Amino acid sequence: MADITNQSLNEIIENVKTKKISSTELTKAYVKNIESAKKLNVFVTTTFDQALDKAKQFDNKPNFDQLLPGMPLAVKDLFCTENTKTTAGSNILNNFIPSYESTVTKNLWDHGSFLLGKLNCDEFAMGSSNETSHFGNVINPVGDQLVPGGSSGGSSSALAADLTPATIGTDTGGSIRQPASFTGTVGLKPTYGLCSRWGIVAFASSLDQAGPMTKTIKDCAIMLEAMSGFDKKDSTSINKKKEQYSKNLKDNIKGLKIGIPKEYRVDNMPKEVDELWEKGKKILKDLGAQLIDISLPHTKYALPTYYIVAPAEASSNLARYDGVRYGYRSKQGKDLIEMYEKTRSEGFGDEVKRRILIGTYVLSSGYYDAYYLKAQKVRQLIKKDFDDSFKKIDAILTPSTPSSAFKIGEKTNDPVSMYLNDIFTVPVNLAGLPALSMPAGVDNKGHPLGLQLIGKALDEQKILNIGYAFEKNCGFKNEIKKWWS
Amino acid sequence: MSKEKFDYFIKGEKGKYEVVIGLEVHAQVLSKSKLFSGSSTKFGADPNNQVSLIDSAFPGMLPVINEECVKQAVRTGLGLNAKINNYSVFDRKNYFYADLPQGYQISQYKNPIVGEGKVLLDMPYGSKEIGIERLHLEQDAGKSIHDMDPSNTYVDLNRSGIALMEIVSKPDLRSPDEVNAYIKKLRSIMRYLGTCDGNMQEGSLRADVNVSVRKEGDTNFGTRCEIKNVNSIKFMQMAIEYEAARQVELIENGKKIDQETRLFDTKKNETRSMRSKEDAHDYRYFPDPDLLPLKLEQKLIDDLKKSLPELPDKKKERFVKEYGLNAYESNVLVSEKEISDYYEEVAKLSDKKLAATWMMGDLFAMLNDRGLDISKSPISAKHFAELVQAIKSGEISGRIAKEVFEIMVESGDNPKKIIESKGMKQQSDPKELEKMINEILSKNKDKVDQYKAGKEKLYGFFIGQVMKLSGGKANPQLTNEILKKLLKG
Repeated sequence: MADITNQSLNEIIENVKTKKISSTELTKAYVKNIESAKKLNVFVTTTFDQALDKAKQFDNKPNFDQLLPGMPLAVKDLFCTENTKTTAGSNILNNFIPSYESTVTKNLWDHGSFLLGKLNCDEFAMGSSNETSHFGNVINPVGDQLVPGGSSGGSSSALAADLTPATIGTDTGGSIRQPASFTGTVGLKPTYGLCSRWGIVAFASSLDQAGPMTKTIKDCAIMLEAMSGFDKKDSTSINKKKEQYSKNLKDNIKGLKIGIPKEYRVDNMPKEVDELWEKGKKILKDLGAQLIDISLPHTKYALPTYYIVAPAEASSNLARYDGVRYGYRSKQGKDLIEMYEKTRSEGFGDEVKRRILIGTYVLSSGYYDAYYLKAQKVRQLIKKDFDDSFKKIDAILTPSTPSSAFKIGEKTNDPVSMYLNDIFTVPVNLAGLPALSMPAGVDNKGHPLGLQLIGKALDEQKILNIGYAFEKNCGFKNEIKKWWS
Repeated sequence: MSKEKFDYFIKGEKGKYEVVIGLEVHAQVLSKSKLFSGSSTKFGADPNNQVSLIDSAFPGMLPVINEECVKQAVRTGLGLNAKINNYSVFDRKNYFYADLPQGYQISQYKNPIVGEGKVLLDMPYGSKEIGIERLHLEQDAGKSIHDMDPSNTYVDLNRSGIALMEIVSKPDLRSPDEVNAYIKKLRSIMRYLGTCDGNMQEGSLRADVNVSVRKEGDTNFGTRCEIKNVNSIKFMQMAIEYEAARQVELIENGKKIDQETRLFDTKKNETRSMRSKEDAHDYRYFPDPDLLPLKLEQKLIDDLKKSLPELPDKKKERFVKEYGLNAYESNVLVSEKEISDYYEEVAKLSDKKLAATWMMGDLFAMLNDRGLDISKSPISAKHFAELVQAIKSGEISGRIAKEVFEIMVESGDNPKKIIESKGMKQQSDPKELEKMINEILSKNKDKVDQYKAGKEKLYGFFIGQVMKLSGGKANPQLTNEILKKLLKG
């Protein structure tokens, strides 16, 4: 049959269910794609043999009642995978093989899928362009000079280049949504606590959340359904009944109230982004939704707040990488302190060090009140902005990013301009809300751009429904030429 | 109880100094598993055999609070008459050390689970109240072993993540004796509650000791030094004595005391500077984002309160009222739950007052000699009660009872069997006794005449003769009565 790998996950599942293709054939097709896409530098580790074994097992004893029957999936290298190297994009974990499986990946495997490989990402998920990875930068299939976004850049790139039928990432300040936007794919950051954080290498615990990255909204619903769920091993996991997002997906959004926050129109925003936003509003309005102007007055404080809270937590979360028990250890140190210093100097990259320093600073005695404590207070205000708005609306529509994918190396020497890329995505993490980035069009260079739908806590179904209706009426098609193979 | 006067001062050349002491006691929570993981807490396992992925801080591992440890902290708080906080927060205390896998200790900083409380001490000069500042839950660290290898340090993480209660006293203690009484009282309360085994050898109870001195009568506190991690009462007392003397000497020589952390060297019996205030760690405390704030429902607290056992102070009152003991006896008998349980079992079956006397005398002396806890006593409470009853009923004399007691310790037999098989029963048949005494009197007519003529000292001679003839088994009381009667006749 024709190249199946450019189909959506849902279509592929149908093809497997109707036995048009076996799991083994499917897996082989992806292996072939991956082998010819080395230029993109998407994979840190591949697990082809293991995947082909699993595919064979599936084909011998297929169970088509599962959500992900016989699906090979590559995942971000931030998820710990049993007996498969897990690096978090860092030198300090470049030899780390977990003896355990993260809850989220285990959930995926329990629904019939298996691991195809581990995807490159920014080191410890700190970055917006996948240029901070110890394993080199990832290239965006959209163009050979473009970043794929970050930190889940390997995930977005793999998806857009047909190297996996769907994938998962983690989103601390936009790390799913921004790369999705840069590659013309769908990315969802769920409500904080919907997906377990157990077994995911931590960046900033109060913000980290795993989520699906897919080609379509329907795929997104399938993946979210498979990966989410209460986990008693994560104290911040939400204990609620599992939702059937894919079964309940509806494209009727008549009467829904969509908030348009005025604070998301920022200075120097390219005209195309604004135009795209207008296009999005019109589509939703034409579908019977009601547009309501809202204000989220503390939005402008979100980025500075985020860049205090996230590094603070990271500085503490990364203290465990000390060379004592696992991972990289420098052979240079003469005593314990020197061993720490050398191990961490050699083990961490610049961006990680920068954030550890910022985080250590904002928690230091004498600075704690002025930075960390104040940031926590502002965080509450940002959350309250959303809570107040959601009393009168169902969802919020904003651009996902202030620009399309930028050039490799363009922002590496200017951390602040890099951080500014997260300006539309960060408030959602601070408020713990679900948000979806969906492809909506292209800019004048032909590079994809996304729009973001923000929902109330645990209102994933509603934003998926809006996204589903939007997708059907948007007419966006991701035209990526396979220039790399 | 003798009413002495408090008199612990350091005498300097320029006057008397009062010693001000506050303790931070680290008590290991009695629980099957660790504070945030399912690993066992059993003492004495091979190194690194009770370590989970969480305790060793593998990537992506998350803490989950152990409810039993929370309940134990609440029980302890209630036992310390303290305020239980319905809302408390776990914070991270950040520092690097090889035996601290996470690079931070999860502790409670601004919002502890237990607030202010108090403990009553019985001192020779009366009872004294010691304020409790707070109690919070925290993780223990692992253990670094530096002397196994000349060039490497070994790390044992079995302790890593075990739940500790840090119990912080107010600076209300004034002498090594009060410290002794305070630690013993805390330990007693926690053992009654079953929240900490108080075993200092195994490190279940350790303390940081804050010491400062001031001129008698001063109301302002002096600069304090903290002596870290002292693991026996004796060492605490020695450290305090040394440290107080050191501080007084500095003051007398016009020098300043630096606020610092010090170590107690048990071999040299001195405290040494560990780090000054300037070098103090900046722990960068902040709320642990992996854990939600701990919210306790009032019902849980109320239920735990209802289920608390009777605690030493209450039990002491009851012993005075119910068993007619004096305050001193009650105090001794309630000091440990096992002792009070033993006593109550004995008292149920025998004379209450006599039981107390014999327990605190011969039984305690024997246990002490053999280094045994009462739970390991070779004499069961039931047998001990039988012995007390045998004394009370006059079946055996006190002197014989001591012999029976010795045999009980060695053989574990019940006293009845011993008394019977060895013919140790007291001679209490008045007719038999009268017959024996008459015999003695008739053999010693001259002495009877002398006695009657006023030489009353001879009374002892007659008693001696009776005891000799009866092999010590003559009932002393009865012998007295009969002898007096016959001598009058």
